[in-house]
Amino acid sequence: MAIKANPIFLTSYRLYVAAFFLFLAAPLVAAGVFAFNDSLFPSLPWQGFTLDWFFNDTEPKLGMFHDRRLLRGLYYSFVIATGVSLLSVFVGTCNAFLFVRCDFPAKDFFYIMMVVPLVIPGVILGISILLLASTIANGAEETLSLDLDFLRPGIVLVVLGQFSFITTITSLVIVARLRKFDQSMEEAAYNLGASRVRVLRTITLPFLFPAMAAAGIVAFLVSFENFNTTLFLVGSEAPLTITMYDRMVKVGSTPVLNAVSFFLMIGSALLALVSVLVQRDPPKT
Amino acid sequence: MQKDIKRLSLFLLFAPFALWIALLIILPHLGMFYISVREKVAPRVYEFGLENYINFFTEPIYWNTLIRTGSMSLLVTVLALLLGFPIAYYIAKIAGNRTRGALFLMCLIPLWVSDLIRAFGWILLLRETGVVSSSLQWAGLINTPIEFLYNDAAVIMGLVYTVILFMIVPLVSTLDGMDNSMIEAGYNLGGNGPTVLRRIIIPYAMPGIVAGCIVVFMLTAGSYLTPILLGGKNSSWFTEQIYDQFITRYNWESGAAFGFLLLAFTSLVVWAGLKLSGQTLNSTVAKS
Repeated sequence: MAIKANPIFLTSYRLYVAAFFLFLAAPLVAAGVFAFNDSLFPSLPWQGFTLDWFFNDTEPKLGMFHDRRLLRGLYYSFVIATGVSLLSVFVGTCNAFLFVRCDFPAKDFFYIMMVVPLVIPGVILGISILLLASTIANGAEETLSLDLDFLRPGIVLVVLGQFSFITTITSLVIVARLRKFDQSMEEAAYNLGASRVRVLRTITLPFLFPAMAAAGIVAFLVSFENFNTTLFLVGSEAPLTITMYDRMVKVGSTPVLNAVSFFLMIGSALLALVSVLVQRDPPKT
Repeated sequence: MQKDIKRLSLFLLFAPFALWIALLIILPHLGMFYISVREKVAPRVYEFGLENYINFFTEPIYWNTLIRTGSMSLLVTVLALLLGFPIAYYIAKIAGNRTRGALFLMCLIPLWVSDLIRAFGWILLLRETGVVSSSLQWAGLINTPIEFLYNDAAVIMGLVYTVILFMIVPLVSTLDGMDNSMIEAGYNLGGNGPTVLRRIIIPYAMPGIVAGCIVVFMLTAGSYLTPILLGGKNSSWFTEQIYDQFITRYNWESGAAFGFLLLAFTSLVVWAGLKLSGQTLNSTVAKS
């Protein structure tokens, strides 16, 4: 930058930035490091290095890979996140074509409607969907004596609840990419005699694919860590965040929770890295 | 023919969007409002009335909690802006090309970690037997362990920590788009640091500031985990009241009324913020 700033100011500015990143890292480091402490409590003093909190198969130091309930939570989280990403990428892609390519009345209004779910508190999304689903389920049971089990708290409702706001995120990511598309490429293909479907399959979708993949990964991560919306919609199949919270509140924290945290941090970091890599344009040769 | 295909594809593309917004956003909220204006007069017998809302206003603990949640969320928003702006400015304008990518990535990493794990990390650092207290004792600065958790300061710090990245990211992307020559011109015309900041940088960054503030405020007011885990029993956050009505007391009518009040309150604050800053939802949050 061209401004000649006063060196004392610049140094203290740098110190502030360094302190800030220390602040960002501190709790994550604490949550990760205690997974390797050979102690029954996640606190100091340091008792030596161990991998028991991951792999040990006996109480009291039951490792996360032998803890049935945590593993089940991990499995449900995985199922839910996969469902949410597939659904939200599909609708997000449709939305992108709808808002970038089509013209229809009140388009601006509908675009705002698309963004609104992002600014509704997650708790409210959770309870409103719970209320509607239960009302419909109760009504069906009383008047038609139908048992609509999927409208009771459980995996389907959790997926719908998370889908309701994650779709906004995937839509925004894919819309941004589609806006950068040069439409003359499609026209060229039409001039060369390609059909609509063929153009979509060989030109438009491959261009859009990196954004769709990145949006899917983001959706997966957001779903995996979601708590607020899930809390109200969860049935007996609790995902990992809910299982961990239950454990923390009822049993108190043990280093096995640190092990799960460490595992999740590494997993998220890898996925985030993949999403950065797929979105990067291939180097021009 | 061509026109028919256009129509059909518009219809096919509009259908998923309409289903999503209607079934998962609009209908549930209308339903929530409908249930919130129901009164239970006898088992399975309901009448329309505002009793659930009247209860809220006659019971000071309820509206006190909402006001407390709102004012603490505003404080968190202001703190996040004040603490985050210099960081965003450093990343966008001062750092060299290579450090800049690394710093931005470092900002994004905590974004991918669950709220639960972040709060858990703070618990390990701040509690009586935690890292900070132990280190201070080891260094001989204090004699007895200190409990840093379970007070408002811990809650505010935890919330700022959780949301500050949602402030920094939009700020970095708006400041990135600003031409450095604008700042130089400001200096050449005789402005000093504060003037350039006030007259050039802040007005330019306004869409980013407003987007960050909206998202941060909504996230804070709607957060559940951080106030409970870091604030303990006496944190009294409004989302906790909603949970209490729904799950503990099974009083869905009053829970729906509370939910609606929280939504109305946060929407009002966001609307006021947009009006005061002269921005729209479209020019801020929707910009990707």
